[in-house]
Amino acid sequence: MTKPMRDTPMLDQLESGPWPSFVTGLKRLAKDNDMMVDLMGQLETSYETKKGYWKGGTVGVIGYGGGVIPRFSELKGEDGKPLYPAASEFHTLRIMPPPGMHYDTNTMRKFCDIWEKYGSGLIAFHGQSGDIMFQGCNTDNVQPAFDELNEMGFDMGGAGPAVRTGMSCVGAARCEQSCVDEGRTMRMLVNNALDDMHRPALPYKFKYKVSGCPNDCMNAVQRADLATIGTWRDDMKVDQQEVKAFVADKGRKYVIDNVITRCPTQALALNDDDTLEVNNKDCVRCMHCINVMTKALSPGDDKGVTLLCGGKRTLKIGDLMGTVIVPFHKLESDEDFEWLEELATEILDFFAENALEHERTGEMIERIGLTNFLEGVGLDIDPNMISQPRTNPYVRMDDWDGEVAKWNERSVAQ
Amino acid sequence: MAEAPRMPDETGVPEMDSYLHPVLKKNYGAWSWHERPRPGVLHHVAKSGDEIWTVRAGTQRQMDVYTIRKLMDIADEFAEGFVRFTIRSNIEFMVSAEPKVQPLIDKLTEEGFPIGGTGPSVSMISHTQGWLHCDIPATDASGAVKALMDELHDEYTKEEMPNRVRITTSCCQINCGGQGDIAINIQHTKPPKIDHTQVANVCERPTVVARCPVAAIRPAIVNGLPSLEVDEKKCICCGACFPPCPPMQINDPEHSKFAIWVGGKNSNARSKPTFHKLVAAGIPNNPPRWPEVSDVVKKILQAYKEDAKDWERIGEWAERIGWPRFFEKTDLPFTKYHIDNWRGSRATLNASAHIRF
Repeated sequence: MTKPMRDTPMLDQLESGPWPSFVTGLKRLAKDNDMMVDLMGQLETSYETKKGYWKGGTVGVIGYGGGVIPRFSELKGEDGKPLYPAASEFHTLRIMPPPGMHYDTNTMRKFCDIWEKYGSGLIAFHGQSGDIMFQGCNTDNVQPAFDELNEMGFDMGGAGPAVRTGMSCVGAARCEQSCVDEGRTMRMLVNNALDDMHRPALPYKFKYKVSGCPNDCMNAVQRADLATIGTWRDDMKVDQQEVKAFVADKGRKYVIDNVITRCPTQALALNDDDTLEVNNKDCVRCMHCINVMTKALSPGDDKGVTLLCGGKRTLKIGDLMGTVIVPFHKLESDEDFEWLEELATEILDFFAENALEHERTGEMIERIGLTNFLEGVGLDIDPNMISQPRTNPYVRMDDWDGEVAKWNERSVAQ
Repeated sequence: MAEAPRMPDETGVPEMDSYLHPVLKKNYGAWSWHERPRPGVLHHVAKSGDEIWTVRAGTQRQMDVYTIRKLMDIADEFAEGFVRFTIRSNIEFMVSAEPKVQPLIDKLTEEGFPIGGTGPSVSMISHTQGWLHCDIPATDASGAVKALMDELHDEYTKEEMPNRVRITTSCCQINCGGQGDIAINIQHTKPPKIDHTQVANVCERPTVVARCPVAAIRPAIVNGLPSLEVDEKKCICCGACFPPCPPMQINDPEHSKFAIWVGGKNSNARSKPTFHKLVAAGIPNNPPRWPEVSDVVKKILQAYKEDAKDWERIGEWAERIGWPRFFEKTDLPFTKYHIDNWRGSRATLNASAHIRF
């Protein structure tokens, strides 16, 4: 027998309207689950008072120092007892999905069975960092719920000052624009750092995201400490027959207005015979023309990745974009993947040793300067790392000749 | 003897192979081209000639087991037993035969799941936990998103925008929501209210002092108790001190308001990635439907839809017409707060004679 439902006049208003309603879902769970009855009571109270009533704490599973988001209710009655006792412990387990967030129906149903057994029945697909969020269970059920999910082959995600769950786009599984095996890359990066994920001891969080092309559907440049972006370095592939077909279908004006003139580096021209002229030397792989003419254009064959470092959201110095630290590297052979694994380890170790408490990688780079960071992780400088050279002369340059010699050596070696 | 506890099997990220639709698995890394035959449907063709149709549908993101099971029943009966989710919590069903597409769409629609979110649509709003689960929020996330997606449902299903519109929300200024064409974020407007009786009990004071972006916090004895005090002239009301020190309550039902930011873009297409920019603020936090937020967002979307060229994202449109014209077309007020004064802000000022009349 479950508790009687609470009156939730404000939440009820979110049951109407064409978009699927999470409130309807909460109510359905509450029919059989006291925890959800009380959760709705607390949520309705929040809507009335415009205050949240959760506080954190320390809840975990054996062997791991993080990954569970503890939530204890602070909402107490006048007697000092929890007003909504069945939801007074409402912890979340972060679980890492397969790369690309693919599932078969049986797996999804097993997730439901487990969460119905141990928790609230409320699962979010997915959190902002890419976790499956099993939301709402009490402290005692955290371990057995995790054990069952772990037995299915799933592992805890990241939380706190640790490596976090990574994300990779649908990429090679379905997208013709994919320039790298995104799933393999993300899996390698995260699994190489599981110790730093499950036993949080970093200065702050660290995120890996992998997008298969510069469309960056995983928002890696902005949201990842280490962003891997698939790209190519040879000529874009042009099927001139398909170009002509596209022009015939849409008209020259459409192609000129929406493709030719939109190229950021004026690398395209439409010939009189409706074929496309591409100045590949000026192409910056922005993906726009390929996005528009999906049949006619595609990335080149000499594929690889561009790596950017330092993306983060606001706290504490403001939002930062990741910036280029590796303009291009192949990522196909096992040796290539070993290279990336070693570099990622260097970067993580450098971050762990040099960042201040609660400082992000990008903030650390801002503080010490990019050249110091590159030296620290063993990467060469490259003009592709800047949008423009410095505009101020306030720097000591008495080793100019030495630096020029280094550059000349590198040029000869290449 | 007590039983030894089960240690975790530290397997990490699982391999995706067993979760992939067989056609995706077979043609991994070997796709040729794609098209969008109708809103919410993607059609991919592999180099082998194999084809796959993807039907994308909106979800609540916060899903109960009944909804999930219903979606899985649909996936088994009307699709081929494999699904995936997008970064914005849309669900995708993959089918390898075109005749399956319409019945799948019909069934999903019948069960209340909107079809769309591809191409030049307003996709599902990326959001976080809010009052449902977070320990920091000034507002709710799922509720605000439900309310706004009810208003924008047609833009999700009809896909008639100049280009994709990515909307995000954040329930506090930690900003777990990412950059977006439109971001709807809490902006606190008053310094924290401090419970000095609790600070020394609960907070590691040096940590809190270090957390403040403007160094406005210092240790102090207040009413004889070790506590913290805030230099309210310096305080930018960001609430960064609240997570490490809950007795520094930043959330206020009246003074924590919404701000709207516009022009964020993650893609490299046509122009480099950009941050979103403040365009509106002072919007009241009014559950359960936040109508004032909807009004501003719809005004912006309308102006964008009417005026932007094809393929222009909101930020690109604003840059082309100029921000003064953006404020004109959206009828939003321009204030001194729109002028940046944070580090690096000089680069955001107009150092030219480029004026539009």
